[in-house]
Amino acid sequence: MKRKIRSVRTWGPGLLLVSPSIVLIGFFVYGLIGWSANISTTNQNSRFERAAGTDPNAHIGFANYAHLFSSPDFIQSLKHLGILAVIYIAGALFFGMLWALLLEKGVRAEGLFRTVYLFPMAVSMFASGVVWNWLLNSDTGAGASGLNQLFEMMGLGFLKNHWWVSSPTWGIAAIALPAIWQLSGYIMALFLAGFRGIPSELREAARIDGASEYKLYRYVLFPQLSPIALSALIILGHMSLKMFDIIMAISGEKNVYTSVPMVTMWTLTGQQDFARAAAVAMILLVLVALLVVPYLVHNARQEKNT
Amino acid sequence: MTTDVIPAPAPSELHRKVVKTPRAKVARGVKYALLIFFLLVVLIPAYVLIVTSFKSFGEALSPNRWALPHGLSLEGWSAAWTELSPALGRTLLIAIPGAAISSMLGAMNGFVLSRWRFPGANVIFTLMLFGMFIPYQAVMVPLLEFLPMTGLQPGVPQLLAVHVVYGIPICTLIFRNYYQTIIPKELIESGKVDGAGLIRTFRSLVLPLSVPGFVVTMIWQFTSIWNDYLFAVFLSSKDNGPVILGLANLAGSQIVPYPEVFAGALLVTAPTLLVYIVLGRWFVGGLMAGAVKS
Repeated sequence: MKRKIRSVRTWGPGLLLVSPSIVLIGFFVYGLIGWSANISTTNQNSRFERAAGTDPNAHIGFANYAHLFSSPDFIQSLKHLGILAVIYIAGALFFGMLWALLLEKGVRAEGLFRTVYLFPMAVSMFASGVVWNWLLNSDTGAGASGLNQLFEMMGLGFLKNHWWVSSPTWGIAAIALPAIWQLSGYIMALFLAGFRGIPSELREAARIDGASEYKLYRYVLFPQLSPIALSALIILGHMSLKMFDIIMAISGEKNVYTSVPMVTMWTLTGQQDFARAAAVAMILLVLVALLVVPYLVHNARQEKNT
Repeated sequence: MTTDVIPAPAPSELHRKVVKTPRAKVARGVKYALLIFFLLVVLIPAYVLIVTSFKSFGEALSPNRWALPHGLSLEGWSAAWTELSPALGRTLLIAIPGAAISSMLGAMNGFVLSRWRFPGANVIFTLMLFGMFIPYQAVMVPLLEFLPMTGLQPGVPQLLAVHVVYGIPICTLIFRNYYQTIIPKELIESGKVDGAGLIRTFRSLVLPLSVPGFVVTMIWQFTSIWNDYLFAVFLSSKDNGPVILGLANLAGSQIVPYPEVFAGALLVTAPTLLVYIVLGRWFVGGLMAGAVKS
């Protein structure tokens, strides 16, 4: 008993020092998520949809979720989200890895290349969306501007397209372009640090054994990078689910071509349809949690083992 | 974080004797060609922004949108400045104290969670980290209801509070990783044996070693608060919120005056870009820490 008291005296102050943050995170993250979940099961819909005289705080179970999942617009926005996420993740991983591969053995002016490739990360997504709105101008005719005009000038007219207004289902893929532009440098930095962290003895040993460059990468270097690839995947995955600023800047809200749940949530909030806005947010939270929670648990376990 | 975040290539790689076969020379040429090609592609949006911002309103509508401006017109810049400058001060008032307060909280948490642990510290840490990944929309509707109840005014005070709170997880993560690498466990333990209390240890031993950690978290938080659009658009308006909403307002007009909007976008981007160029190494440090594993 006495020992226990003494040990509380040692760690107690530590807990006390962290307690303000525990309270803040406890309330602002977990408390408000609970509050959101609660709102999402109430009748707090827009004035127009709520029958006169009904109590906005009455609980109506999962009716808001049922409403969303039976709405073709919401299903479409989920499809958009899937397409956007896949293209964005694949694109950023591809360019990130390619740039890291080009740089990893050391090139002249490496600092310059690195700085330029990474600079979009320092730019606000909304501000870059403003430029991409100009670049992705959908006009392909004689008055084409933006990238379409650039293609025309470079003799690459066949590349001209209507970008995000080209198809109600697949147009969203164009939105992945600015997102890839923004994030590839970050992924490059992660992989580059990974390559450089591999002890050079490993390479030398493989070369002495007569491994070709291809085999060196395939069997020696890439396997070393798998923890980084996992981190990159999680980062890109959760960012793709949360994409909001870029879409608001490029195509704006209420645009059927680029609807995603996060933008729908903003529109619903504007219409004071708080219950459904919260429901959309909860659906996204579940998606993000499915991705992130196993990763966090995995990390926590791994740390315990070391 | 005391050395370069991305290490240089191993000397053995740099000075490896590669036989200069014609094939190797071609490979080298292709490598540099690709590097330069991607460099130019990445810079396209920057070119468009800068070039268009110096055109007159009329010239921006001339058929060749990619051409260099005939002369340097400051029409767009002066219009953007008039429109956005009042919000720049407000944005600094949110971003600087916001970054400082969450960094301080992060340092305290990071120290305790790495070197002065209590039972359950790991669980608390993982629960905190989750707060960094959530889509903030999941807390937004209740926030809209709760924040007015706190008596905080809409605009700067509310946004400052929100950014401080949601900045805690990343700052905690960065400091925890940092202290784990620079402060030996034994040092703290021997201090404990000598009867050094938590506060004294933190203040006289840990804080003096924390400057690099603070630089990284300050830059990270400043950049993300400055660039935030989500909290800004939900919780404030153009007249009491950060500069990004002023830009959104310019970009949202019926006929977009591109020189003005692009000059505005450059104005909004300038502070974070300046931080990136001047303190790039530390900026990358934050990015790496954001990947959870140190």
